[in-house]
Formats: sequence, C-alpha cells, structure tokens
Amino acid sequence: MKELMQGLRESSIKAILECESAEILEQLRVKYLGKKGELTGILRQMGKLSAEERPVMGQLANKLRADIEEAIDKRKSEINALMMEKKLEDEALDVTMPGKKAHLGHKHPMYNVLDQIKDIFIGMGFEIVDGPEVELADYNFTKLNIEEGHPSREWTDTFYFTPDSNILLRTQTSGMQIHAMETRELPIRIIAPGRVYRKDEVDATHSPMFHQIEGMVIDKGVTMADLKATLNLVVEKIYGKGTVTRFRPHHFPFTEPSCEMDIQCHKCGGKGCPTCKGEGWIEVLGAGMVHPKVLQGCGIDPDVYSGWAFGMGLERLALGEYKITDMRLIFENDVRFLEQF
Amino acid sequence: MRLSRKWLNEFVDVSFDEYNDKDFGEAMTISGSKVETIEDLSQSMKNVKAAKILTLEKHPDSDHMLVLTLDAGGEEPVQICTGAWNVHVGDMVPAALHNSILPGGVKITKGKLRGVKSEGMLCSIKELELTEHDYDYAGIKPAAILGDYKAIDTNNPSIAADIKAGDKIFGNVIAAEVKSVESAGMKLWKCVLCNGKEAVETVSDCQNIHAGDMVAYDTKKDNICSLEDLHAKQEEFPHCIPDGIFVLHEDVKPGDDIAQMLGRDDHVVEYEITPNRPDCLSVLGLALEAACTFNKELKVHEPVVKAEAGGDINELAKVYIENPELCRRYSARMVKNVKIGPSPAWMRERLRNSGVRPINNIVDITNYVMLEYGQPMHAFDFSCVEGGEIHVRCAKEGETIKTLDGNERALKESMLCICDKNKPVGVAGVMGGENSEIVGDTAMVLFESANFNGTSIRRTATALGMRTDASSRFEKGLDAENTVNALNRACELIELLGAGEVMGGMIDVYPEGFHQTKVKLEPEKINGLLGTDIDEQTMRDILLKLRFELDGDMILVPSWRSDVEHYSDIAEEVARFYGYNVIPTKFTGGISTCGGFSEQQLCERRVGEICRSMGLDEIITYSFISPSYYDNIRMPKDSKLRDSLRILNPLGEDTSIMRTSILPSMLEILTRNYNFRNKQAALYEIGKIYLKRPDGLADEPKIVSIGAYGPEMDFYTIKGWVEELLENVDNGKLHFEADKTNPSYHPGRCAKVYVNGAYIGVFGQIHPEVAKNYGVDVEMYCAELSFEAIYAQERETPVYKALPRFPSVTRDIAVVCDRETPVGDMIDCIMGINSSYLKDCTVFDVYTGSHMAADKKSVAFSLTMRAEDQTLTDEHAEETVKLALAALKEKFGAEMR
Repeated sequence: MKELMQGLRESSIKAILECESAEILEQLRVKYLGKKGELTGILRQMGKLSAEERPVMGQLANKLRADIEEAIDKRKSEINALMMEKKLEDEALDVTMPGKKAHLGHKHPMYNVLDQIKDIFIGMGFEIVDGPEVELADYNFTKLNIEEGHPSREWTDTFYFTPDSNILLRTQTSGMQIHAMETRELPIRIIAPGRVYRKDEVDATHSPMFHQIEGMVIDKGVTMADLKATLNLVVEKIYGKGTVTRFRPHHFPFTEPSCEMDIQCHKCGGKGCPTCKGEGWIEVLGAGMVHPKVLQGCGIDPDVYSGWAFGMGLERLALGEYKITDMRLIFENDVRFLEQF
Repeated sequence: MRLSRKWLNEFVDVSFDEYNDKDFGEAMTISGSKVETIEDLSQSMKNVKAAKILTLEKHPDSDHMLVLTLDAGGEEPVQICTGAWNVHVGDMVPAALHNSILPGGVKITKGKLRGVKSEGMLCSIKELELTEHDYDYAGIKPAAILGDYKAIDTNNPSIAADIKAGDKIFGNVIAAEVKSVESAGMKLWKCVLCNGKEAVETVSDCQNIHAGDMVAYDTKKDNICSLEDLHAKQEEFPHCIPDGIFVLHEDVKPGDDIAQMLGRDDHVVEYEITPNRPDCLSVLGLALEAACTFNKELKVHEPVVKAEAGGDINELAKVYIENPELCRRYSARMVKNVKIGPSPAWMRERLRNSGVRPINNIVDITNYVMLEYGQPMHAFDFSCVEGGEIHVRCAKEGETIKTLDGNERALKESMLCICDKNKPVGVAGVMGGENSEIVGDTAMVLFESANFNGTSIRRTATALGMRTDASSRFEKGLDAENTVNALNRACELIELLGAGEVMGGMIDVYPEGFHQTKVKLEPEKINGLLGTDIDEQTMRDILLKLRFELDGDMILVPSWRSDVEHYSDIAEEVARFYGYNVIPTKFTGGISTCGGFSEQQLCERRVGEICRSMGLDEIITYSFISPSYYDNIRMPKDSKLRDSLRILNPLGEDTSIMRTSILPSMLEILTRNYNFRNKQAALYEIGKIYLKRPDGLADEPKIVSIGAYGPEMDFYTIKGWVEELLENVDNGKLHFEADKTNPSYHPGRCAKVYVNGAYIGVFGQIHPEVAKNYGVDVEMYCAELSFEAIYAQERETPVYKALPRFPSVTRDIAVVCDRETPVGDMIDCIMGINSSYLKDCTVFDVYTGSHMAADKKSVAFSLTMRAEDQTLTDEHAEETVKLALAALKEKFGAEMR
C-alpha cells in the first residue's frame, strides 16, 4: 500500500506539473482526489490493514492528499499567471495609433489675447465696460477735444449715418472715457475693449473694422508716474518679466502730456532687425494724462482729480503674439486658421 | 518729413562724428521728434569714380558695344565695355568699378561681356538716381548712324544695305563717312566727313558719332541728321537712342568719388512729426528741437535782402484779402530781371537729399525755403497778373483754372483762390495756375508767402484730388509770423544765386496781427501731473531753451507753438526735456478699487466656454453687411429689420449697412469655409446687431450665433447644442415650438426655443433656397439666440439635491400614434402623469414605414422610475407604466404597440 501511494504521488505530481490548462488540472483533481479517484481507491484498501498500520497509512494518505492539493493549487496559480500573460499579450495595442478625437472648440486668437489683457486689468482693480458703436460725434470727437475741422472727422476717414456728421461709427474707443466720466462714480478704473471703424480699405495691415482697448484711471493724485508704473506692469504681464520699455512724447488731442510706449524688440534686444523694422523698439500703445479740459467738460474738477488713459490696438497685438502675417486672416474665420490656437 | 543731417548741422552743431545715426535718432525720438529711419546715402553709392576715357574701340564680337580703357585714378587703367555710343576719348564719365554699389542696391562686379573683360560699368544719369533737372547738360541727342539701320519692311529698305559715302538718301541728304571727330566745346563735336568726293567739316551736337560711322548728312543745312531729320522711327535705328552715359562737365579728376560730387556724403533722417507740431516740418524747427535735445546752441540766421533793384513793390502791386477768415496773412515781394537757370550744386544736393527734385533756380528756391522755414511759397509771373492786383478770395460760381499740372479744375465757392483783377491765377496753398506760370521769358516774379486756414486748404486739396507738398503743410495750420522771414530768405537766395534783382519794399497784409498766448507757470501743477519733483528753475531753463519767453510767472508762447495753451501743455514741454524715462515709475493712485467682471460679462464668458466645450470655434465677423444679404436670407420685403442704419459714405455696398440680423454674417463664414473645402465647420459668435432707435442711434443687443455644416450635422445635433447651452447657463424649463414660417429656415426643421416661457431664439436647418443663394449644397444649421434673454434667465447658484439611495428601474414602452403627433408633447405628457416614481423619460426609437399605416408612427420611450424610500417594486413600476400609457391614449389616441 505504501508503494501504491508512492506510485500515485509520483504519477500525479508529474501529471500536474505537465498540465497546461486549468480544465485538465480540474480533471486531474477529480482523477486523483475525487470520490472515485485514485487516492480513494487506495484508501479503500485500508480495511485490509492492521490497527497499527492504519494510523500510519492514514497519516501518509493525508500527507499525500495535501501534497497533491498543494501541487494542484500551485500549478493552478502558475497556469492562471500564464493565461493572464497570454491574455495581456493578445490585448496589446499599437499605442502609436492616434487617439480618438475629443473635439474642443477654439477661442478666436484675438479674443485669447483680449481675455488675457482683461484678466490682467481685473487683477489690478479695473472693471470692464462696453459702450455703443453707433455713436454721437460729441462723444467720439468733440468732448475729446477733437474740434470741428479736425482731419479725422472728415467723411474720407469716418463712417457717418447722418448728413450733419452727428451720428457715426465710433473711430476709437476713447469715447468710452467720456461715457465713463459722465456716468460712473469716482474713482474710476476701467478698460473698454471693443470694435471701432475707420474708412480703410482691407489689406494685410488694415481693416475697416478693428478692435481697440481703452483704459482710464481717474482719482486724486494720479500722475504720469502712476501711468508708467501701471502700463509697465501690464506690458510685463503680456510680454514677460524683464521686458524693457520706453516712453516717447506723442500727441493725442485728449491727453496732455501724451506719450507712446515702446517695448524693446525681444528678437534683437534693441539692435534693430526686421521684426522691429530696424528700430530696436516696437510701439505697443498710446497714452497720456487725461487733458484737464476733457475732465472739466465731464464735470470733474481738474484741480482735485487727475487721470490717465491709454489706447491700444488689439489686432496688432494678436498678430504679433501669434506671428500672424496678414490681418485678413483675423476676419476670414477659416477653421484651419481658428483651430491652430 | 525727410531731412538731411548736413543741412541741420548748418543751424546746430550735431555732426556725424559726435553723434552717430543711432544715437542721434534715439535722442531725437525720446525728446518727441520720432525718427523712423536714417539712411546713410554714401552706403547706397559706393566705389563709383570719375574716370577719363583713354581709348575707345569697337567690340570685336558685337556691333553695338564699345571697349574703353579709362583712367579711374588707379595705377593701371581699367577696361570697361559699354553699349552706349555717346562717349568719346577724353570724356570724363562716372564708372562703377569692381565691387561697387549703385542706388537701389545694385551691385556691380567685374566680368566678361561677349568674351571681353569688363571691370565695371559706366553709369547713365538714371543709374545715379538723377534726372536732367539735376544736370541740365546731361540730355543726349543721337544722330542716325546708318550702320544701325534696320528696315521695317526688309523687302523695301529706305536705306540700301550697301550704301556708300556720297549716295543720295533723299533731297539734299546724302550718306557720308565720318573720318574724324573731335570736341568743339561743351556737347559739340567737329566732324570731318567724306561725302564720296571730298572731305567736309561740320559741327554736330549729336553725341554718338565716331570715326568710321556712316551718317546721313544734309548738304544744304550742313547738318548731320538725327532720326527726326530723317523722319525715321526709333525701331529703325534701335541703338540710336536719347540715352547713354552721363558725360561729366564738373570739376572732378579721375578717381574722384562720384557720391561726394553728388553730395551723398550725407545722412537722411525720416521723421514722424505729430500733427500738433507743423513747426517741426522744417529744418529750422527741427534744429531748435535738436539744439534743446543735445543742449547745443542754435545758430539763427537772419536773412538780409539788399534789394538793389530799387523801387517799391507797393507802386506796382496791390493785395486785397477778401476772406480774412481763410487767409490770416499775405506777404509778397517782387523780383525783376529774373534769369531762369539751374540752381547751384549745393542747393540741388540738399533738395535731392531731402526728397525734392531740383527743377530750376526759382522753383528750387521756393522749395528750399519751404523745407528750411516750413513756409510754402509761390512765384507768379507778374506780367500775367492783370491789373497788378492780387485778390485773395473764394472762387465764384463757375470759375475754373488750369493748374500747373495741366489739369482744368472746376472751382467751388468754398475754395480759396489767389486771383488777379478778373480771374483766379492759383488755388491758394495748393497749386498755382498755368496762366501765371514762370516760363523762360518771365521777367517779373511776384513771390507769395502767405498763411491760409488749414482746414479750408485740406478740404480744397481733397476735393480737387491734389494733395501737394504745400497743401499738406498748410493743412496742419502754420505760423503766420513766419511768412516775412521766409519771404526774405527767398529773396536773399535770389540775390545769392543771381537769379534776379529784388525790388524794394514788401506787401504784408495781416489784418488781425499776432496775439501771443500766455500761460501761467505753475510748477506744483506740472509736478502734480507728472509725479515728479522738478524745481522751477529747471522748468524755466527748458522753456527758455525752447525759445519761450518768461515774464515773471507768465510764459509767453512763441508764435510757432500754437499747440501750447494750457499748463498741461507746459508740463509736456518740461517732461520732454526732463525726460519721459526719467519720470519715476511708481503707483501714486489714491483709493483702491475692487474691479472684476460684471454678472453679465461672466455670463458671456460662460456661454463662450460652453460653446467651445461642445466643439464650436469662435469667429469674429464684420458688423456691417450689404443690403442684398437680406435677400439672401429671404427676409420678407416688408420686414422691419430691413430698416437698417445706413452708412452714408461706405467703403462699398458690401459694408454699407449695420446688420439687424446676425444670420448673414454666420452664413458668409460657413460658405467661405465650405468654399475652402473644409469638410466641416462648427462655429459660434457672440456678436452685436444694430437696431435703429428713434433718436438715430442704435440698440446694440448681443446675439449668440451658432452655425455648422458637415457629415455629422443634423437638426438634433444643433438642438442638442442649444439644449446643452441653455441648460448649463439657465437651468430653467426648456420648451420648443416648431417654427414653420421663418423664411430663412427649413419650414419642417426649425424651432423656437423658450426658457421658463421666455423666448430665447430660433434654430434649425437653413432653408435650401437660402443655401442655394450662398452656393452651398450641403445642409447648414444655425441658431440665433438672444444673449440678453439668456442672461435674464440665468440660473441662481445651484442648491444640492440628495443623491438617490435606492436603485432605479427602467421600463420601455412603444406606442402607435398619428404621424403628426409631436414627440416633445408626448414626453411632456408622460412626465406630467401623477406619479412620484417617474424620474425621466427618453425616446429611443421612432419608426415609420412598412408594418405601419402611412399616417401612423411608432414611438418607443424608456421610462426611468425610482422611489426615494425603498427599492421600487415591479407592481409600482407597472402602475406607473399604465398611467403613462393611459395618458398617451387619452391625449393622443396612442395605442400600445
């Protein structure tokens, strides 16, 4: 009987180790350990044994059962591991194949830039105001110190709706300065982005409709130093920290003193290159102290309050930001263009 | 404004050596005279030398080329081939030697021409960027060289190919062979000809004759014939052209630099002068700025007129200003015995370098003074001024004038003219009349130096379509105090150049005279604007340097600074020379403000974000459209929306009215993308429309415009977008109604959308007829939603609802109903049953076709049910389903399938 068990041990362990599938392994379990299995068959002969031998054989039989079970379990986990490995191998994908497109829409590149600027000013305590594009000449010109007879008021430059030149399409967002001063409580910190219109034929750098951002601060004790500090900060936010700026005298009828602000060309560092047309500097905006006459005209006492204002063109900023070479692309709205940004 | 630095240096010592172009430009820019570019003229003409022709031979391999050796100042002579025939041994010519540069960036290197070495190129006057006005002797007259003759009709040549000396050509003209040519003075050549029998000597002013040439000789006129003399066409003598090398008659020797001879050792600065500073459109104005910028002395020149001709202009002429509001001042002087001729080289150089072409001494002087003083001038032939009277008046109805450019101009009554007793002789400040033009035999010239109203000049010039140098200066508003100085300067130059004799006296009509502007010096106010702490003395120094005068606290503004009238203007003057970039950079503003987006702006941002998250790209379209676009979208002829704001002076019909509908803008962009062969496009814009108000202005509401086409587009896709957008912004109750009457949309695929009962807008498939109008043959889908309406329904901050604790149960039902029954109404009906368990109802199938009566359809719904306090039992679910079926049956007659 001992020999029988030994034989069963050897044959069963061998069969188990050679087994390749979970199903056959289960069949082996039945074959060796089942109710009608080989071990049971051997144990049936226990009756023939003496009382002394029985416990010994019983022990041996239990040990054999345990060992076969262990072998089966071990083999089972090995087979499982192999199967898992095979499954994973079968499931392998070409990870270099393109992913399924999740189609997100794109903000217009110019409004990307505009939103960036809005956020900068919001962070500095400004509010954003919107105003009419169909405007009175009073707001677009007269109250801004641009008198009758000024060339920009000519019908060759400005779009008019009435023969008396009273109602027009605003040519600048500067009229928003007047609207703000007339309607808002002091102090005022606003920016007013929006569409403006001038009688320019469409080409790579012109459009009869374009966008400006007007900005204005009115408060007690506001000076040109404040203008410089604020605009320097804005420009650093737009063009990066350490951007070198300079202020040049300029002329706008509604600011005095007036200036234009340049940034040093980031491409050549001021030496002069095609990007800056050899000048070393790139003009970014016009600004100045709100003309005391304009303040007065809006009922603000220039002896108590002062202010500064600026205006910048959005198209040029966006063109520069994204190296867009032709303004027509901005208004063409080709999806192949829009989806680049 | 283009200006020579050399000229500027005459008045203020800022030499090239002390300030290179970059430093000069920067400093001027920073003080307010913005420098755009500076061109070193010597860089655009390099290694072009005067060279004397030593030998001249025909090119061995070409009929029309010459091989020359020249003395160009080097040790060895240079050899150059040329195709020009107007050169002779002994001529001094400009030679662009090896590695030379000509204006326009042309580089010349040595090479071979038909196998013969050529070490450069000889230059014509054009190649040196000059004209015959610069060197009046540079004109070239060619003789007809018979060897160059090419018959137009080869079967019937006018001149036989084998013509010999002495053969008759026609009349007195015979062929003659040139035996020798030698110079007989400037542009004259003594030629010895053989007329077949004997030698004849003649003098010709044609420059292209050389020994060995066969020429046509008019025996009677003793003249070598030009093409004109032979009545020949240019094409018959292709190489006998009035063009060739510029033969110099200047004081130069071989090797001298031609650039220097032309005064190109100069640097030309292009300034951008702001419109408030017309005084800086002059050498003197910029000299003052430069003097202040570089802290140098300004060398002021007072013109001195000898007036040796005697007499007095007042005895000959009288000036009447009839429209003093348009002419503040009119000054004039008279010059007798005018001798028209070229102006001297120094004047021509300065004009040329400043971008003005030299013409003749009188014209050049007026231009020179205009550049130097900024004061445009005009010269009249006084003999053409009838009655010796000048009337400065507006044109009369029906008057015309032929201006100097040869055009007949109809004058309007608003146009200021310079007239004699009877007629206009010039358009004031714009252009003179041909009837009083200075011509060769002009003897008496009246020089006008006047001050006209800028706006009037600008409008006249624009109306006549002739913006001249003079008008573009006048229109900026010039200094009336400047007329006399400029006039005297012109007369001084007349005397200096010997161009005429200046008479005594001056006419100066100046009705209003000069009123000096006075501004109080208020240092604290100035510092208050600038944020600086500049002391008063510094301010005074700056103002004095700018030639302002100070009388105690009163600043007397000079006449040429009409832009200065307020303390803020004084602040700018101080700041300019204190330094804009020296002003501190610090936050000085008072009360801080909170800032931030308004609710409406945040809502607008949210709408944009949702559109983009659904895959829509943002577009920006023009606010103005063509009226015909309303036809394109089939807007009814009587629609109130057709009453758009109309631009009275549009760029074109396409941009002539303000849109009252945003649909055409979207369709235009969809069409453009379709035409670009983009497979699909899904776009949105939050744009304004412009609705006319009774006061003439506009309401400018914003519209959320959505548009798309492409293989995946259908009605339910755009409806899904609209739903998603409105649910996420508004979270109110959506309701849709079929809109069968909107002419822009497909009558069966268009809906109006409401939130909480409020109308939001319309969407659907674009009507095929509209699509056809745009030439698009795919389905386009659009939505036009009122942003204001969306914003009005904007949801409040959401309140948390407890998540369900028990599982839900779904049951599907299918019913058969009339084909016309709206599924949306059926869903509303199901959701309206009295059951607390029913949570949702969706449609998963709508079937029509076989197995179905033609007027019926089958609709399958999926009902989701749930109890809040227990797992829902089958009984409860069935109950709910029954209720739903009963409701459908009752309301729509729908039977379970």
